[in-house]
Amino acid sequence: MAKMDAIQMQLLQEVAGLHEIPEGAYNLRANGETAGRQSTANITITPKEAGSGIDIHIKEGTKHESVHIPVVLSESGLKETVYNDFYVGDDADVLIVAGCGIDNCGTQDSEHDGIHRFFVGKHAKIKYVEKHYGSGNGDGKRILNPVTEVYLDEGSTMEMEMVQIKGVDSTERTTIAELKADAKLIVRERLMTHGQQSALSAYKVTLDGDGSSADVVSRSVARDRSYQKLDLCILGNAACSGHTECDSIIMDEGRILAVPSLEANSVDAELVHEAAIGKIAGEQLIKLMTLGLTEAEAEEQIINGFLK
Amino acid sequence: MLDLNHISFQAESENGEITIINDISLHLDSNKFIVITGPNGGGKSTLAKLIAGIEPITDGQIVFDGTDITNMNITERARLGIGFAFQQPVRFKGLTVLDLLRIAAGKNISVSEACEYLSEVGLCAKDYIRREVNASLSGGELKRIEIATILARDVRLAIFDEPEAGIDLWSFQNLIRIFEKMQQSENGRTILVISHQERILNIADEIIVLSEGKILRQGSRDEILPDIIGTKYASDVCRKLSEEA
Repeated sequence: MAKMDAIQMQLLQEVAGLHEIPEGAYNLRANGETAGRQSTANITITPKEAGSGIDIHIKEGTKHESVHIPVVLSESGLKETVYNDFYVGDDADVLIVAGCGIDNCGTQDSEHDGIHRFFVGKHAKIKYVEKHYGSGNGDGKRILNPVTEVYLDEGSTMEMEMVQIKGVDSTERTTIAELKADAKLIVRERLMTHGQQSALSAYKVTLDGDGSSADVVSRSVARDRSYQKLDLCILGNAACSGHTECDSIIMDEGRILAVPSLEANSVDAELVHEAAIGKIAGEQLIKLMTLGLTEAEAEEQIINGFLK
Repeated sequence: MLDLNHISFQAESENGEITIINDISLHLDSNKFIVITGPNGGGKSTLAKLIAGIEPITDGQIVFDGTDITNMNITERARLGIGFAFQQPVRFKGLTVLDLLRIAAGKNISVSEACEYLSEVGLCAKDYIRREVNASLSGGELKRIEIATILARDVRLAIFDEPEAGIDLWSFQNLIRIFEKMQQSENGRTILVISHQERILNIADEIIVLSEGKILRQGSRDEILPDIIGTKYASDVCRKLSEEA
């Protein structure tokens, strides 16, 4: 931790809620280098060759442990692509916290492309939290293009919380999941774009096994002149159930394209999608103003609640 | 406490400009329970919204506790102590009942304080406090939460637009009890209710009959109620509900 400066600590706080070295297994990456790493008896973190990422092995049956793998970038002009592979043993039950914070005060673009792959064993349960955050006043862009691949074996569950609320100029998020029998995927995505930002978020979830299910919900707010494309797709190849929902608030001159799609290749696949885009209802603002908030305060409360 | 001086409100319609409130003058005292009744479309809800600043008056002046509030917006009037409970409360995705009560109270009230307000309106607090004020709540639940937001504010003037609409018989009786309790405040609070219901008219200090944008009659309960009882201006909600059941 000695290598981390104040800006990096601030980023770490934003993306991982960490004030200090976390308990359990962790890998901290700062400006393209490892700033700290710890394995535990059940969770082993090993670097890939040439510093291109890490392998995380979680022993079968590991319960109530956590892995933190935050990344911070505070050097302008740094571009990196990192491959992190998680191998989760059968019956494990763990929390994984990832996320990336970029502070760019310079003129060159900073970019972190994290490719995360999860191989989740039978009946394992994973809670995955990923937060992305950008700060800094420079002209250089803060770019994050995460790719997440999830392979869920029989009876396993993965709950994903994906949050990008502030400061990321450009993002292309791709999430792919394949589910075997009785596997379950829950996704809660929260996106807010402002200024001239652009965000593309695509999900492709394939339900291959009988009894598998997916619930993918994206809530987003596009402010100022920002642009979002939300592409949520579920394929049902078995007796499965899938639900996607994208619910967006549009403000100022923001633009949103929502493309929910469903493909059923089995007569027993039950798939539903919902999509809604709209501005904040005038009645909501008026109600909060009658409680004493100004219009701007009312707007903030509504957005904060919506993205909570 | 409140003076409406020659206020009017015109709105645009398909047939040109129509007058909804027509040169009304009215004085409301502190520490009163006042009910406005009258036919549908007579301007009752509009009058309530003009007082809260939700709609702007076209002509006239509104004075609240000695301050001219004619040009004040909704927020400024709210901060002076005017509360407004909507006939059809709005839903919020993501905001919880606790969030809404904290906004209403204007401070970070504790969970147990928030629970007290919910218990007042007959909701089992622990079941509701963390719930979102969204489509999962029924109209009746929403209405009770709306009333709780007024209880959480220490208002001088509490305006209720058809508070009985959409609530069941049990909570209707509870509502009467809430009004009686609210009136016992020490700040001289006045409660202004828009309603046709006999049971609410029955506890009024003063009744105002509004029709076609004008005040048809205004006076004490004993003066007005005998003349309008049994008419559409004063119907018995309990009889009606039991007949429907």
